[in-house]
Amino acid sequence: MTDRLLSYDDVLAQFDPALGLEVHVELNTATKMFCGCPTEFGAEPNTQTCPTCLGLPGSMPAVNAKAVESAIRIGLALNCEIAEWCRFARKNYFYPDMPKNFQTSQYDEPIAFEGFMDVEVDGETYRVGIERAHMEEDTGKSLHVGGSTGRIHGADFSLVDYNRAGIPLIEIVTKPVLGTGAKAPEVARAYVAQLRELLLGLGVSDVRMEQGSLRCDVNLSLAPKDAGALGTRTETKNVNSLRSVERAARYEMRRHGAILTGGGSILQETRHWHEDTGVTTSGREKSDAEDYRYFPEPDLVPMAPSREWVAELQKTLPEPPHEKRARLQEVWGFSDLDMRDTVGAGALGLVEATIAAGATPQTARKWWLGELARRANESETDLASLGVTPADVARVQALVDEGTLNDKLARQVFDGLVAEEGTPDEIVAARGLGIVSDDGALAAAVDTAIAANPDVADKIRDGKVAAAGALIGAVMKEMRGQADANRVRELILEKLA
Amino acid sequence: MTTDRRTASEIADALAAGETTSVAVTQSHLDRIAEVDGAVHAFLQVDAEGALRDAASADERRAAGTPASALDGVPIAVKDVIATRGLPTTCGSRILEGWVPPYDATVVARLRAAGLPILGKTNMDEFAMGSSTEHSAYGPTHNPWDLTRIPGGSGGGSAAAVAAYEAPLALGTDTGGSIRQPGAVTGTVGVKPTYGGVSRYGLVALANSLDQAGPVTRTVLDAALLHEIIGGHDPLDSTSIEQPMPALVEAALRGAEGDLTGVRIGVVTELGGEGYQAGVLARFRESVELLTKAGAEVIEVSCPHFVHALATYYLILPAEASSNLARFDAMRYGLRVTPDGDPSAEDVMRATREAGFGDEVKRRIILGTYALSSGYYDAYYGQAQKVRTLISRDFDAAFERADVLVSPTAPTTAFPLGEKIDDPLAMYLNDLATIPANLSGVPGISVPSGLADEDGLPAGVQILAPALKDDRVYRVGAALEALLAREWGGRLLDQAPELKGATA
Repeated sequence: MTDRLLSYDDVLAQFDPALGLEVHVELNTATKMFCGCPTEFGAEPNTQTCPTCLGLPGSMPAVNAKAVESAIRIGLALNCEIAEWCRFARKNYFYPDMPKNFQTSQYDEPIAFEGFMDVEVDGETYRVGIERAHMEEDTGKSLHVGGSTGRIHGADFSLVDYNRAGIPLIEIVTKPVLGTGAKAPEVARAYVAQLRELLLGLGVSDVRMEQGSLRCDVNLSLAPKDAGALGTRTETKNVNSLRSVERAARYEMRRHGAILTGGGSILQETRHWHEDTGVTTSGREKSDAEDYRYFPEPDLVPMAPSREWVAELQKTLPEPPHEKRARLQEVWGFSDLDMRDTVGAGALGLVEATIAAGATPQTARKWWLGELARRANESETDLASLGVTPADVARVQALVDEGTLNDKLARQVFDGLVAEEGTPDEIVAARGLGIVSDDGALAAAVDTAIAANPDVADKIRDGKVAAAGALIGAVMKEMRGQADANRVRELILEKLA
Repeated sequence: MTTDRRTASEIADALAAGETTSVAVTQSHLDRIAEVDGAVHAFLQVDAEGALRDAASADERRAAGTPASALDGVPIAVKDVIATRGLPTTCGSRILEGWVPPYDATVVARLRAAGLPILGKTNMDEFAMGSSTEHSAYGPTHNPWDLTRIPGGSGGGSAAAVAAYEAPLALGTDTGGSIRQPGAVTGTVGVKPTYGGVSRYGLVALANSLDQAGPVTRTVLDAALLHEIIGGHDPLDSTSIEQPMPALVEAALRGAEGDLTGVRIGVVTELGGEGYQAGVLARFRESVELLTKAGAEVIEVSCPHFVHALATYYLILPAEASSNLARFDAMRYGLRVTPDGDPSAEDVMRATREAGFGDEVKRRIILGTYALSSGYYDAYYGQAQKVRTLISRDFDAAFERADVLVSPTAPTTAFPLGEKIDDPLAMYLNDLATIPANLSGVPGISVPSGLADEDGLPAGVQILAPALKDDRVYRVGAALEALLAREWGGRLLDQAPELKGATA
């Protein structure tokens, strides 16, 4: 079944979009939210569990103070107020990956609330209001085997890994974001990108979308232009890359538009984003009938973060993102456009780390926004998810600088990095990619090229030195790109002098 | 075979003096269990092997002169709602049949550290919901005073085990009276400590904001000895109190001297009168007179909001319980019922909960789910929390005028098995006097007050103190116990009929 979609221009001609973003961030605390189990990603299933995170009868939670500290720092970085007194609450619903069949979360008493973040898109600043940031525990992870949808309905059986159960999460919920018009999808993406950077700067999370340590739900609704009220929204889940945030928002705008102009109405529901096909499909219906029966968690005492502590934590915040961007732009000598592209691509942190690892600002930007952005685009993923680290990029550039690689060979090293073949040096060695500048090996190739292209050779002998390019190309081809181009030129000119 | 009628402290003294061994004491209690538990059915699980092994270790420590505690080697029974590593823990429910916890509750860990061999797990109303132990999925426990009657509940198994000399000590849990009311109707002593005074980690939660584990014993001194072992702060229970416990054994010893000069005792107007059995009230009045004679100043205090305690309790408890019991879904442990056909996870959950929970549990899950539902929360759960605050204020005001408050523990003596099983409201009324203490977290003790004239069955007096002042209930409880023992020429349990054991 294919959704009917309205053209993007038609959507904008008739409707105002309203965005809402809910971001779940896994904190990088050493232990879980309510027990002492380790949180490391990728362990054997169900090896990082205990009576508490398995919800065994009689077990009780105890709050991880480090997680509370991270929550407060996130709240402060988002310009939020920090609650003087707040509690955990139980969110009751049945699902096999929920050990207790309730999630210990926060309900009407979040630790942080009423903040904002300024988001830049194409030089314009949009203020995204933050409604709340609250603490909760993650659920286990289900794997539904069999069936066509990969969901629990229709599966032959399901496996659950409770290693993830109880990992501390911060859920950051925006207020409805209005007035973004055509830029709505880009604002959504830029918000998540900037939030990622802010969280990285705080050091509170790995924020790896591909590992699920940052997960985003995109809420979207359309209202007739100047209607002054919000339309019915859908909540799109499983949006696991920055690119998908933008695409999912755009898709839902066009889908809503088609339904509304066709005289239909939007069903308030959860939808699932499919990265491969670029569409959303209907999930469970979300109506008022869904009742989580929230009530204060009686096994935990209220939290009352002292104002002194909050003030202490305020001092630990890194510089605000917009100040940091201005400073870096100046230090790096980037033009406004360079900087905007870098931020827009979600590459600011990557470029910064690459520079820190030894590359120049211009080369760092060149790789991330050129070659690597192209690859990310082609494989429909994020820069951060490519499998190439800032340290890798800096090392590749160092190899170029010392003459071991040229740009073309460097691209082959990136191929190797994406294919997880090892470090740049290992890949150079394994693939035999080093530039050949040894005259013995080059001379034979030059002779072959001259013999195969007598016309060109004659031109050069006649003084048309520019023609040497054709012979260099032939030598490079013979040498599979690994020849030192400058030395080849010298050899050709020597031989044909 | 002779029954070991010694108290825990007497056994401890004998062990310390080298007059007996823990193995001998433990074996004699295991023998008693084998003799009478067919009739009493206090135990769901007896761990003879484990108890004797731990007893042997205790004897080795005694021999080496390094006992782990005052009660090292004195055996104990544990209510089946408390997690015991390696020993099945069913909570009296089919849904947990055969579940063996991989961990010890903190109170059990403390018993083990103190060297008390665990005889086994005692019967209870399913998930501690009930006042008669008739709601156990494994059959009722019988009152040792009259086997046709209830032993109280939910901890009827622990009280009956102690009353029948199957164990010198037991652990219970008290959410609305489940330690104190069984104590009253079996002629034993039961203490509900201050909320947070004893760790709840490892207690399978009924209602987290009300539950508290405590001692079930034959004397006030034994209760104090046990309380000092299990009590104190536990980082695994965030609601546990960080301050040190008051000196409880010292308070019990002081109280036993029988002098209450200067102690102000408040008789709670609302906990007595209509609905209370005449013989229970008569024994209560006599107890108050004895306290007065011992020098206490007795006044009457009114706690006007106590009349709403039962209704408040029956909103808060089911609400918390409905959420606590959600985890029993067949996915990870316990019973799993798989319906025919091609059932989904949801179908399995539904069928398992249908088959695994008894009627009273289902009744309270439905009540609690309703009370927490959107649109009803404010009217029920929210309102109940407000009344709870008012009840606590009543206590605060009463404790301005009195050091302790007293009332009958339960309105009646033990009623016949089956009498109230189909009348939940009548059953709930049994906890009328005990519930206020749970709602506001204050400590309470039940001490035997004598036998009711109508039926010759035991009644109890409840003594309540302000939060953290558990020492006061021990002092006044021990005083009353000593004064009554002088009247009776011994303990009330000495008047219990001889049990005709199944194998005797």
